[in-house]
Amino acid sequence: MSSLRFETADSAATRPAGGSAAGPSVSSHAYLVVRGLTRRFGAFTALDRIDLEVRRGEFVCFLGPSGCGKTTLLRAIAGLDRQDEGRIEIGGRDVSHAPPADRDFGIVFQSYALFPNLTVNDNVAYGLVNRRRPRAEIAARVKELLALVGLPDQGAKFPVQLSGGQQQRVALARALATSPGLLLLDEPLSALDARVRLHLREEIRALQNRLGVTTIMVTHDQEEALAMADRIVVMNHGVIEQVGTPEDIYRTPASAFVADFVGTMSFLDGKVSAPGEVRVGTRSLRVADGRAVATGYAARVGLRPEDVRVRGVRPDDENAFEAIIEDVEFLGAFCRARLVARDEPALALLADFSANLMRDVGVEVGKPLLVALPPESLRVFARSSPIAEEEAAS
Amino acid sequence: MSAVLQSSEDVLLPTRRVVTEQRVVAILVGLLCLALLVAIALPLWALLSKSFLNANGEFVGLANFARYFATPALVQSLINSVMVAGLATCIVVPLAFIYAYALTRSCIPAKGLFYALALLPIFAPSLLPALSFIYIFGNQGFLKDLLFGATIYGPIGIVMAQVFYCLPHATMILVAALALSDGRLYEAAAALGTTRWRVFLTVTLPGARYGVVSAAVVVFTLVVTDFGIPKVIGGQFAVLATDAYKQVVGQQNFSMGAVVGMVLLVPAVLAFFVEQILKRRQVALLSARAVPYSPRPERRRDTALLMFCVLVGGLVAGILGVAVWASFIKYWPYNLSLTLSNYDFAEFEPDGWQPYFNSLKMAALTALIGTPVIFLGAYLIEKVRSAVLGRFFAHFLAMLPMAVPGLVLGLGYVFFFNAPWNPLGALYGTIAVLALNSLAHFYTVAHITAVTALKQIDGEFESVSASLKVPFWTTLRRVTVPICMPSLLDIAVYLFVNAMTTVSAVIFLYGPGTKLASIAVVHMDEAGAIAAAAAMATCIVVTAIAVKLLHLLLDALLLSRLQRWRVRTG
Ligand SMILES: Nc1ncnc2c1ncn2[C@@H]1O[C@H](COP(=O)(O)OP(=O)(O)OP(=O)(O)O)[C@@H](O)[C@H]1O
Ligand SMILES: [Mg+2]
Repeated sequence: MSSLRFETADSAATRPAGGSAAGPSVSSHAYLVVRGLTRRFGAFTALDRIDLEVRRGEFVCFLGPSGCGKTTLLRAIAGLDRQDEGRIEIGGRDVSHAPPADRDFGIVFQSYALFPNLTVNDNVAYGLVNRRRPRAEIAARVKELLALVGLPDQGAKFPVQLSGGQQQRVALARALATSPGLLLLDEPLSALDARVRLHLREEIRALQNRLGVTTIMVTHDQEEALAMADRIVVMNHGVIEQVGTPEDIYRTPASAFVADFVGTMSFLDGKVSAPGEVRVGTRSLRVADGRAVATGYAARVGLRPEDVRVRGVRPDDENAFEAIIEDVEFLGAFCRARLVARDEPALALLADFSANLMRDVGVEVGKPLLVALPPESLRVFARSSPIAEEEAAS
Repeated sequence: MSAVLQSSEDVLLPTRRVVTEQRVVAILVGLLCLALLVAIALPLWALLSKSFLNANGEFVGLANFARYFATPALVQSLINSVMVAGLATCIVVPLAFIYAYALTRSCIPAKGLFYALALLPIFAPSLLPALSFIYIFGNQGFLKDLLFGATIYGPIGIVMAQVFYCLPHATMILVAALALSDGRLYEAAAALGTTRWRVFLTVTLPGARYGVVSAAVVVFTLVVTDFGIPKVIGGQFAVLATDAYKQVVGQQNFSMGAVVGMVLLVPAVLAFFVEQILKRRQVALLSARAVPYSPRPERRRDTALLMFCVLVGGLVAGILGVAVWASFIKYWPYNLSLTLSNYDFAEFEPDGWQPYFNSLKMAALTALIGTPVIFLGAYLIEKVRSAVLGRFFAHFLAMLPMAVPGLVLGLGYVFFFNAPWNPLGALYGTIAVLALNSLAHFYTVAHITAVTALKQIDGEFESVSASLKVPFWTTLRRVTVPICMPSLLDIAVYLFVNAMTTVSAVIFLYGPGTKLASIAVVHMDEAGAIAAAAAMATCIVVTAIAVKLLHLLLDALLLSRLQRWRVRTG
């Protein structure tokens, strides 16, 4: 039996380890390059001058709310929808105006799009038959692919006889059959129920790791993106808000939109009173990340609920204040409390407490609690209008 | 270690093929547009222009129209047509409504049988009920006395035969309209203690009103444009359709024939637009969360409706039966013993059985060529991305025949294929032109059937194929056509049955040796051989019904054997 090759040329060599590879040298290895891509539907701009680079072997997620243009971008890359302006290169070749069949990709849709009248075997072999290969070779390849996606004995069945998760695996095997250089997945998991989704997402990721095929997956599920992607492209209203590793996106969101869309964040509106200091109502907060906004301008300070410190806080710690617990929501493994500073109602935020901590500190609705907001956890974002206007208005 | 599936040849191959794929689409769309132009647009254009030309081919503006409206006999026909159509509509629509109501909103038994009975007339040419009524109420009719001295040869006969002929069309529309209902409205009405009559007036009727209007419009148009019934039973009572025939075939007055054709086009075009508007509204009527209404048994209502259905369904079968029966009678009404002599067509008609075989050939040709052409056309229009303008144009042309009565299209064909400049003139009088005409006449319904079937298929199949570098024709052959097989059969049978029974379009177009069965019926009736005419009409009905039964059988077979993939437990 011939051993078949799944990996593209140098995938193993250039594959970044984990999520820490968003370096400046991206362009030199870029497998997919998108430049100034614009797509309009009538007067509506679905994609507005998108620039993007994806390295060979990378797993990238397009993440964003419904209607932000994820699918449009994916389809433009595939050539299924033509862009109005801009350039697309795949593997160093300009394919901006090439029809889909002339680009090297495999695609999986949310609806699976399996051919219902063909068996699983025939579905997977669909792209191979066209290439005039010996039958035995195709059969061996199909068998190998089905084993790869964990459906070794289902080849003779028709799609209706499979569960949704199994159908999606077949669709994946079909897309991988021709060893495409680029794998495109448009919300492949969103038609599946929660458990299957969790399981399949691990499998897809493991499979991608093994084959090293450059992959782009569209999703609106931030958890999915955080768990699967090497890098996440966060989109909103047809523009890219931020590109980064899951950790980047979560730890240092580039905008309030990203911070809010990925994970939970409390926001406090204030004004930068001095470098490294934001005034919220009557209180000043020290911030480590103060470069985004110049002194005197309106700012929005963001903080993840899990970053609120309560253990061993002393009154003279940085950003420490006494807060009243207004409300506690039970969320299983932890509780989410709503806190308001005793002397400043504008200083209201969410905090997550583990069950352990709840017991130790004695969190209870109505009780005062000494908390601290670590300056390095506070993110500062610009607000649209300078503070002067707002003060004049009030 | 070998990279068997990723050789350089593979990478190069698609580029060449992609170009041909797009070129193939462009060529196919171009051919489709050309075919539709020749089959539909140009004949209509020929008719339109002819109505503005005099006998010498000089442009005379509206002079022909002025002459038309200045001729009292012609205007009388127009009035006659409108009157007869109005009367038939007023009878058919209530009948069909009650019938459809019984089928959808009551608990009568054997609904399938009753529905089938109401649809029977579809399988007969419109000439057949006219023949039946002649047997029943004609000069030698066994119920002649019921007319109290009035004659069946005229408006009475026309209206009665039209009621029979239009019943299936109105019933189908109203069954569809009444089946679309929201059970929650009825529950709410019942909870409020509303009387049944008020529920009918406030819930049922408003819900079905678009269906009622649509049925009325369709029936009116069918009656105005039908040629067979007034020809056979109209006597001296002239209507638009017979006028057109007389002007063109009798007097060779093409300009006036064209004007009558244009007048006939008016109600059909109006009906088409009314239909379009109604369809748009009907959709909005039913929300996605509606619960289908399921009727509960109710003795008195169900009994009354059952009796109504037995009566109407029985009458339909009876009227059809009379013509069939009469075709086996030796000498109506004096010698009622049975005979096959009326089927010895050579006795009554120079071509003998030839017209029947011509019809079979023509209907088969229409179905066999029409089905692939219509389906491929619908596929190009619906699933392909390139050639946007061409596809838009083709779609417009495909929808056009809906608004064109057969008689008008037939006139257009006469003018177009007879024109001295037309190289296609050689086709005139051949089976091919008859089939082309039938195909054009019935194009729209078949096209809509194909488009509906294609719309139900996952829109990403073409994207997947493109990503796998499989050309669209391979996916069409391996996936789309097998999935659409039931619809393809529907289309083929629809084309066959209609081509078999049509008379109005082809009456102008047959040539020596290509007379069709339905035309032979007209001729034998004209020659007074009414029993033979009934016999030929019977042959048409039997063939059409046989084909339909074959279709049902094939459909069942297809579902159980060949399309195992449709069922979960295979
Ligand atoms: N063919 C079209 N015609 C007009 N507008 C379109 C068309 N396709 C997409 N749009 C619009 O473009 C925007 C982006 O659409 P797109 O399908 O890319 O969104 P998405 O991010 O994939 O959303 P979802 O998560 O809902 O799939 C939407 O506002 C949509 O309404
Ligand atoms: Mg989408």
